[in-house]
Amino acid sequence: MAQVALRKIVKTFDRTPAVQGIDLDISDREFIVLVGPSGCGKSTTLRMIAGLEEATSGEIYIGDQLVNDVPPKDRDIAMVFQNYALYPHMTVFENMSFGLRLKKFPKPEIRERVQAAARILDITDLLDRRPKQLSGGQRQRVAMGRAIVRNPKVFLFDEPLSNLDAKLRVQMRTEIKKIHQTVTTTTVYVTHDQVEAMTLADRVVIMNGGRIDQIGTPHEVYHSPQTQFVAGFIGSPTMNFLPCRLVQNGSGLTVRLSDWLSFPVPSSREARYRPRVGHELIFGLRPEHFREGRGEVPPGSAAFEARLDVVEPMGMETMVYFVVDGVEVCGRVDPVAAGNVGEPMRLIADLNQMHLIDPRTELVI
Amino acid sequence: MTTATAQATAGQLGGVRYGSISRGRRRALFWSYFFLILFVIFFLTPPVYMFITSLKSSAEISAATNPWWVYHPTLANYIDLLTQNQFLIFFRNSAIVSICVVSITMVVSIFAAFALARMRFWGSATLATGVFLTYLIPESLLFIPLFKTFAYIHDKTGIELINHWWVLIILYPTLTVPFATWLMIGYFSSIPKELDEAALIDGAGYIQMLMRIFIPVAIPGIIAAMIFTFTVSWANFLYPLAFTTSADQLVLPVGIVTTLIRGDVYAWGQIMTGALLGAAPPLIIYAFLMDYYISGLTAGATKG
Repeated sequence: MAQVALRKIVKTFDRTPAVQGIDLDISDREFIVLVGPSGCGKSTTLRMIAGLEEATSGEIYIGDQLVNDVPPKDRDIAMVFQNYALYPHMTVFENMSFGLRLKKFPKPEIRERVQAAARILDITDLLDRRPKQLSGGQRQRVAMGRAIVRNPKVFLFDEPLSNLDAKLRVQMRTEIKKIHQTVTTTTVYVTHDQVEAMTLADRVVIMNGGRIDQIGTPHEVYHSPQTQFVAGFIGSPTMNFLPCRLVQNGSGLTVRLSDWLSFPVPSSREARYRPRVGHELIFGLRPEHFREGRGEVPPGSAAFEARLDVVEPMGMETMVYFVVDGVEVCGRVDPVAAGNVGEPMRLIADLNQMHLIDPRTELVI
Repeated sequence: MTTATAQATAGQLGGVRYGSISRGRRRALFWSYFFLILFVIFFLTPPVYMFITSLKSSAEISAATNPWWVYHPTLANYIDLLTQNQFLIFFRNSAIVSICVVSITMVVSIFAAFALARMRFWGSATLATGVFLTYLIPESLLFIPLFKTFAYIHDKTGIELINHWWVLIILYPTLTVPFATWLMIGYFSSIPKELDEAALIDGAGYIQMLMRIFIPVAIPGIIAAMIFTFTVSWANFLYPLAFTTSADQLVLPVGIVTTLIRGDVYAWGQIMTGALLGAAPPLIIYAFLMDYYISGLTAGATKG
């Protein structure tokens, strides 16, 4: 059990910067997920915590110890790899106990620990098998078992579910969450899948181009993104972005998206947006905040009509697409209420959930 | 015109695509077998001829009878050779040399290959290429400088290296180590990087990683390198011919040729017998190791 701290971490590969100055504090027992597109430096960051890569500059602390010059085996960490990295010539039991055997643990204790981990992971009857006799999901469990038996200070997961098929991935995701509730070890988990990030994390760290864009709880990064990148990365389908102009309209403010579409800014946001009046900005609203326009328009919302371009029924909801000045906009509506392609449909935009982004800084205002 | 006919024929057979696939397969099989049989004949004719000749007496060999048939089979050649002290000495020398060379080569090349494949250090890539380039220098170019070197060592230290069978234990690794190392570098490189990272995190040092992960996983590659090394040291002709002369210092290939050809008299029966007996150990070893060699031990290391 330990906290992890990164201070101004920089990693450069042959002059190509991979990580450009990261500060991150992970508290004891916390489940942190590093998420971002490929090449954003999340895996490199994890590997530096593991000690598999050396930081070009900056400091890494595990517990209270500065570990920059400590080799991986003395950092008391365990890592689960994307491709499992099981030792092919060893049985499951030998795979899981390898670390303990190297550290010369007494045999009865090794057996006890492996049994305990196997029970948690439900793989007790696989202990005599070799990796090639296991399915993908079982190999993944063994890889986690190898980490659990070591009882390390920190668990490191490097995209552990990416090699599993979609159904198994969802199942193992739940499993990992359950395991973390049982074995409350500090965990750093790397993924490019924002759903994994949202469901697993105590706090999500969103990385982009070697930097951290935002650190926050899943709720925070979803509802109050700080940059356009975070707003667009989290959420599926992604947030709609439309160029707009903020204009004064009597005593209130209005967002002009096109000749035919303008939204009033809710009064709660007016103070925040007022300095930007007259500026060209980017309007952001998630698909689920374009609802079907039935009944009364609630306060802070605006109703409008749009000609549907594409309609995608998903079962429990239907995605409707309409075009605003050449930009495709997605709305998420009740399947019963969805209109037909080519016909106008009445929609309500929930403007309490809107974001305005400065296109030069890409920061959310 | 032609296409029309072809379509008509295919139509009569019913199921154009289906028929053509199985016909294509049949044709491929025919040619595979044709060439396989050709190769079998090509490669098995000499040993079969050797075997037939080894069962003949000298009189029958020199008589102009059918060379592919034995009219009076005899084991005299085998009995003569195996009771001759000399032949057994050749055999012993060859066996000791080969076993020592295989051991030395494996130890050196496994460590070298591990270092070159996995421990990135300054110049490791150049060194790896260099190792292979050494192998490309033909032995016929090397034996004269080696001879000079031995003479120099004799002048300086008084240690005589020429005309001793055991000097081959030092000589053969110059041929086998580079190739075996190169082979092992390739094999070690194919082991997924995550495997050593997992071992590192599990607390293994480099030696433990090599002994407990790399060697067991790379067994098929190691066996391939062993087979190669054994073949080279068992069958090499030039070095023992150049460096050993006394009858009791000879190894099999040279021993058979120098003792069974006296002047212009060729003891064909015994030469064939000796060659056949000499070829037996590698054959037996291959037969035993083949199964091991083929079984893919690396399957299941990672997703695959």
